Amino acid sequence: MPKRAQTWLETLITAVIKTSGYSAILFVAVIFIFLMREGLPTLAEVPLGDLFSSRWYPIEDYYGLLPLIGGSLLVTLGSALVAVPFGVGTAIFIAEIAPRWAREILKPFIEIMAGIPSVVLGFLGMVAIAPRLRILLDIPTGLTALAGALLLGGISIPTIVSVAEDALDSVPRSYRDAALALGATRWQTIWKVTLPAARTGVITAIMLGLGRAIGETMTVMMVTGNAPVLPRSLAAIISPIRTMTATIAAEMGEVAVGSTHYHVLFFIGITLFIISLVVNLIASSVIFRQRKRAERILS
Amino acid sequence: MNPAHPRPSNASRRNLIQTAGFGVLSLVALFTVVPILLILITIFAQGLPAISWEFLTAFPTDGMRAGGVFPAILGTVYLTFFTTLLAVPLGIAAAVYLSEYAPDNLWTRIIRIAIINLAGIPSIVYGLFGLGIFVIFFKFGTSILAASFTLAIMTLPTIISTAEEALRAVPQSFRVVSISLGATQWQTIRHIVLGQSLPGILTGVILGLERAAGETAPILLTGAAFYLPALPTSPMDATMALPYHLYVISTQVPGMPVQVQYGTAVVLLILVLSLNLLTTIIRSRARARRQW
Repeated sequence: MPKRAQTWLETLITAVIKTSGYSAILFVAVIFIFLMREGLPTLAEVPLGDLFSSRWYPIEDYYGLLPLIGGSLLVTLGSALVAVPFGVGTAIFIAEIAPRWAREILKPFIEIMAGIPSVVLGFLGMVAIAPRLRILLDIPTGLTALAGALLLGGISIPTIVSVAEDALDSVPRSYRDAALALGATRWQTIWKVTLPAARTGVITAIMLGLGRAIGETMTVMMVTGNAPVLPRSLAAIISPIRTMTATIAAEMGEVAVGSTHYHVLFFIGITLFIISLVVNLIASSVIFRQRKRAERILS
Repeated sequence: MNPAHPRPSNASRRNLIQTAGFGVLSLVALFTVVPILLILITIFAQGLPAISWEFLTAFPTDGMRAGGVFPAILGTVYLTFFTTLLAVPLGIAAAVYLSEYAPDNLWTRIIRIAIINLAGIPSIVYGLFGLGIFVIFFKFGTSILAASFTLAIMTLPTIISTAEEALRAVPQSFRVVSISLGATQWQTIRHIVLGQSLPGILTGVILGLERAAGETAPILLTGAAFYLPALPTSPMDATMALPYHLYVISTQVPGMPVQVQYGTAVVLLILVLSLNLLTTIIRSRARARRQW
């Protein structure tokens, strides 16, 4: 008798586990469907030309998305200028140069940075960084794209460091040994052998870091000054801007459910969802390809 | 050092470049670490003096400019608790599927891609989704339940990937022995694999909760309240929460004393970092005790 009960239980549990396994697909699909459901009516309510205009002023039915897209791009590219050199540099330092004890301290320490809530960084940006930038650059307000870019750089650094460091670490020992045996210095080995071998992983790291930056909400909402003005030149980095994410967070609380403004905010959400989908699809295809190659090398 | 080398000047030049290069990279790493240290020092130095028994246990008074943050702390505890309840069983089951059952085929690849994508969706988009499905479609309203469901889906990828890694680290021979002794696959998983990988799974769970406890954007639209005079009495009530409270008192309340802001920031940071510390402790203790 216990044998039969057991097989019955076993089948049930296996089914539950399998369903849970597939749940991730379900969630991605449901998220997409609900964003579409609430966001697509935009296309019927707002002419396409208006969406691609440069004025965002929902109270008077101006729904130009360009200032918001421009704001997001400006802040994200600015953050890349901070995060790429420092993130990749630190990853190389940790993986190739640092002595063991330094590595053991650095890795968890940078993980702490990843754990600091974005609202705490936003608060610190408001009270500590923005006022200093205002004095330093002699500008009317420190709440600018620059403050956002600096903080977002800090937020994407942990992602870049950990993914890039993994990539460098997984370059087979023998590659380095071969280069060193041929008389290359450690420095030459890093630049000519290890880094090129880990190239795809490092690029993935940068993409994931930037993906993190473009989706960040609270920090940019608190420090970028919230002015939906289309950035037309690089000088806009020291003026207030408004990102896509901050617009949703700041305005969603005040709109009537089902209004045009509500639909447009969801439409912005669809845009963000698709951006993250593309970034992650590319990143995951790189990861899968790498895993395949690693298996080939091992076998 | 290198007597066989014909051009010693070249070698010394190369060594010079190496020394300079290593120096630059060390500086880069230093400039990455120092700001993090400064952030932590600033918040703790400014925030710790604001903390008192009253600050932790009292309601906010005077338009949130004085008093304590108790309702916000309790709200964050509630949200984290319900998120755990919803996300942990599902996350661990999904990890068990991927590690123990999933065949190496197209569907499994699609599941993995879906998990990677869930992890990458911006938190505010989770907020929109939660608003659309839980608050409006399922009519939960702005509530702890709606916010917890939203946070649970958001933390799922963290839990799944960390737990799967822990399950995979259990040596195959453990499973083979158990099966050969007549145990079924589920018995093997339950008694052998899950037990052995428990510390790793716990780490994943705590990392997920750390993220849930600190997030503002998803609860902004689904369950967080600006100010409530009473504590929530059921999961269908809205709640105050620490991250949202910090946002509110930093941006929405004029004449806010900076002491109270730093105090709130430090409470949130201690909560999150202590979860972080917990994972480190679990990991190092597990490593010391590991049987393989």
